Amino acid sequence: MNANAFDRYLERASAVHRLDPRVKVIVTLAFIVAVALLPDGTWAAYGAAALLIAATTAAARLSPGLVLRRSLLGLPFLLAAVTVLFTVPGRALWEGPWGLVVTDGGLVRFSSITLRSLLSLGAAVLLTATTRFPDVLHALRHLRVPAVLVAIIAFMYRYLFVLVDEAQRLLRARAARSARLPDARGGGSLAWRAAVVGHMAGQLFVRSLDRSERVYHAMQARGYRGELLTLAPHVMRRRDWLALMIGGMAIATVTLVGRIA
Amino acid sequence: MPVVHAPATVPSAPPTAPHATVVIDVADLTYTYPGGQPALRGVSLRIMEGEKVALVGPNGAGKSTLMLHLNGILGGPASPVHICGRPLSRDNLPLIRGLVGLVFQNPDDQLFSPTVLEDVAFGPLHQGLPEAEVRQRAARALEQVGMAGFEGRLSHQLSLGQKKRVAIATVLSMAPALLVLDEPTAGLDPRGRRQLIGLLRDLPVTMLVSTHDMWLVDELFPRMVIMDEGRVVADGPTPELLAQPSLLEAHGLESLALPHH
Repeated sequence: MNANAFDRYLERASAVHRLDPRVKVIVTLAFIVAVALLPDGTWAAYGAAALLIAATTAAARLSPGLVLRRSLLGLPFLLAAVTVLFTVPGRALWEGPWGLVVTDGGLVRFSSITLRSLLSLGAAVLLTATTRFPDVLHALRHLRVPAVLVAIIAFMYRYLFVLVDEAQRLLRARAARSARLPDARGGGSLAWRAAVVGHMAGQLFVRSLDRSERVYHAMQARGYRGELLTLAPHVMRRRDWLALMIGGMAIATVTLVGRIA
Repeated sequence: MPVVHAPATVPSAPPTAPHATVVIDVADLTYTYPGGQPALRGVSLRIMEGEKVALVGPNGAGKSTLMLHLNGILGGPASPVHICGRPLSRDNLPLIRGLVGLVFQNPDDQLFSPTVLEDVAFGPLHQGLPEAEVRQRAARALEQVGMAGFEGRLSHQLSLGQKKRVAIATVLSMAPALLVLDEPTAGLDPRGRRQLIGLLRDLPVTMLVSTHDMWLVDELFPRMVIMDEGRVVADGPTPELLAQPSLLEAHGLESLALPHH
């Protein structure tokens, strides 16, 4: 049993993969902030940012389709932005039911939000596809993100797999006993089924609680005294500094294009 | 290191060797879980350096509870446990946790770090060793358990047998005076079990191993301690105890099918 569903890392022999994870984390965060701050309707800047994503995708030897597909996963969240179509004042383009009117200003803002989200997601997808998750954690740790926060993310990452395995086992046990007699409507009432699912969730919670106790014992047994220590496996080399510089300049260019346009 | 045994008596008389160091000395240990359920009712046990001792008994006999006492996870400063002559006082605790390599039954509890290397490095890092030494020790420990080359792997990608061996490496890296293993062969397939037995045989460390696997006991452990209902009910040379089917049966243990002694 394994749950590789959360593994977003794709092994490739590329310069991007070999970069120091700290560089990748910094550049990705800077890119996301810069893109989020771009004004509405600065299409040229969006284009430049997209070019940057495309170039990095090519350098990382990833397929553009894959990066796009993973970026699209965030689209449902754009539902929250749909209202701007109708609320931004401007020339009416289309009159919908219930007196809702789509304006040109609204359309520009909605398209801008959509593109900026896609670009940010694209950057995050690139980071997770080219950097092993433990390396991202190290980068965060060595970039002085509070140790407790990093430890929580690390444990979550480690035990997500275990938890999903456990949930799958519970589901399988239920499926194996979900029998039905011929000519009978099986499955029980909706309330009963809901209760079963509720108990399963409770089971999962109790098991996790027990496990946390055992994990804590295992940590104590190896000398844990309240402070998590980690190895420092990464060293900045020349090409890492170079990549950091190029990334910074590229992001500055995108911002500049956004201001001029 | 010669292993010297006292003649088997029931109940026990701990073996004594005048020149060997006492690694574990437990004198009349009692423990009741916070729920009020008594787990240990006067356990005395003495293990000398270089001994490999099997700890057997039915589930709920107190084996795991005893093991948790051996490096101070249970039991306070007044605990009647001495490790290498040291009491489990607050000041001694960090030292003793390095001396007693405690390996839990479920490797998913033992392996809590994202990667194999980080887990094996956890103990020595918390002992305060310099990073170069930590890396060296981690490499040697993984080598000892036959898992060299798995440093960068994620724990959830390993098979159960591999996880168990890495779990042992996580304490070997602390250079313990004593290995305490809780049911190391439970759940392993025959090949994984053989590999683990080979590993335990070759490790030149004092060992206390709890198990239900009587074949393993017969094969690896010259001395055997039987626990039941929170007490040590027998302690002596394995062949002598295994030759008493009535004793084994009385404490819920299997006799070996082929009495080849």
